[in-house]
Amino acid sequence: MGSTTMLIGTWIAGFLTLAIFSFLYKDNPVYKLAEHIYVGVSAGYWLIYVAFFDVYPMLIQGFQDETGLEKWILLVPGALGLIMLSRWFPRTAWLSRWPIAFTVGVGAGLGITANIQGYVMPQLQATLLPVTGWNIVSLNNVILTVGVITTILYFYFSKPHKGALGWMARVGIVFIMVSFGASFGYTLMARISLLIGRLYFLLSDLLHVID
Amino acid sequence: MKRTVPLLITFLTGFFLIVSFFVPHEPFGQLEQRLLVWFAIVSGFAMLLGVDSLFRAHLKRIVRAREGRWHSLALLLSLVVTLAVGIIGFARFGSPFHMQSPFMFVYTYGIIPLQATMFALLAFYIASASYRAFRARNTVATLLLVSAVIVMLGRVPIGAAISQFFPVAQEWIMDVPQLAAKRGIQIGAALGAVSMSLRILLGIERSYLS
Repeated sequence: MGSTTMLIGTWIAGFLTLAIFSFLYKDNPVYKLAEHIYVGVSAGYWLIYVAFFDVYPMLIQGFQDETGLEKWILLVPGALGLIMLSRWFPRTAWLSRWPIAFTVGVGAGLGITANIQGYVMPQLQATLLPVTGWNIVSLNNVILTVGVITTILYFYFSKPHKGALGWMARVGIVFIMVSFGASFGYTLMARISLLIGRLYFLLSDLLHVID
Repeated sequence: MKRTVPLLITFLTGFFLIVSFFVPHEPFGQLEQRLLVWFAIVSGFAMLLGVDSLFRAHLKRIVRAREGRWHSLALLLSLVVTLAVGIIGFARFGSPFHMQSPFMFVYTYGIIPLQATMFALLAFYIASASYRAFRARNTVATLLLVSAVIVMLGRVPIGAAISQFFPVAQEWIMDVPQLAAKRGIQIGAALGAVSMSLRILLGIERSYLS
């Protein structure tokens, strides 16, 4: 990109940044304009992204490059995709349930295998850590295991939280509150980091007040 | 036809995906990969449907001269311009994501600043929410306050300047109690997702058909 193009781009970015920050004063038309532009460019960006990285290489290029069954079987997702567009016509709109059912089926199938293989088993493996004696690592491993079990028990509502279950749930809420506090602090710092980035852009790239 | 066929498609798709997980041989071996490619293609068409819906809703607002029509016009213009520069980038450079493509201009000077500023704006609202949430009313609320303050101070240089306790304590909180609770919640959520997936495959949960 040429220097003039970059200069114009920086001014556009500066205007959009200030327009969004204007919401700190109150909801106003300039903020709403930036908000609507954001929705418009994001929708356009993701449509181009999906078309270029998914539909074009997998369907169109795939159909051109493959041979035999591999080529013709691509007509199935192509047809399902076109059937999805039947929503545009009220009389045939019910047909769009077929591709929706297909995507829900893939989601549900992966919801079982991927969740067990990708989440439950690795998390359990990483939790059941050895206790090798009286040292800080073993103590941390015990705290981690107790924390995981008591957190899960806190969300077990099939029995009233009384007796031993009540005690464990109370330990669980301690871990949950520490975790929420830590996550809150972590998120706030990440947002402040972004804020510093935007202020740096305004003062450096746009106004050249600082280097 | 209107309900049975979709239920059958859902069941068979999910069933074959599960079978391909346990039977990694032909004809099931490549099935998961193939279904994921199909899923991506069908999702692409669904995306087109979503953008079309957005376009129609705002076009309707402009045509009927409702309140906020000028903002809707800005939305439609930005959408059309982004799509146009994406197509131009593809036609001229072979990819809209080529560094010389005008699509990257929209991305660099439009999407990035808008997205970053929108999230940065949330810093003010999170800070304001924390003022209300972080009141040491009882023991567990105090734990929330203390862990948040330690994590915030431990992640910036001023925390280490005050005391070396903050970075060390921050690291321990993130690695042990925070991880334990997060892991417990994740395991619970994953088991919930598994049971929900089973309900969908068996046709007990049918809300997606409405």
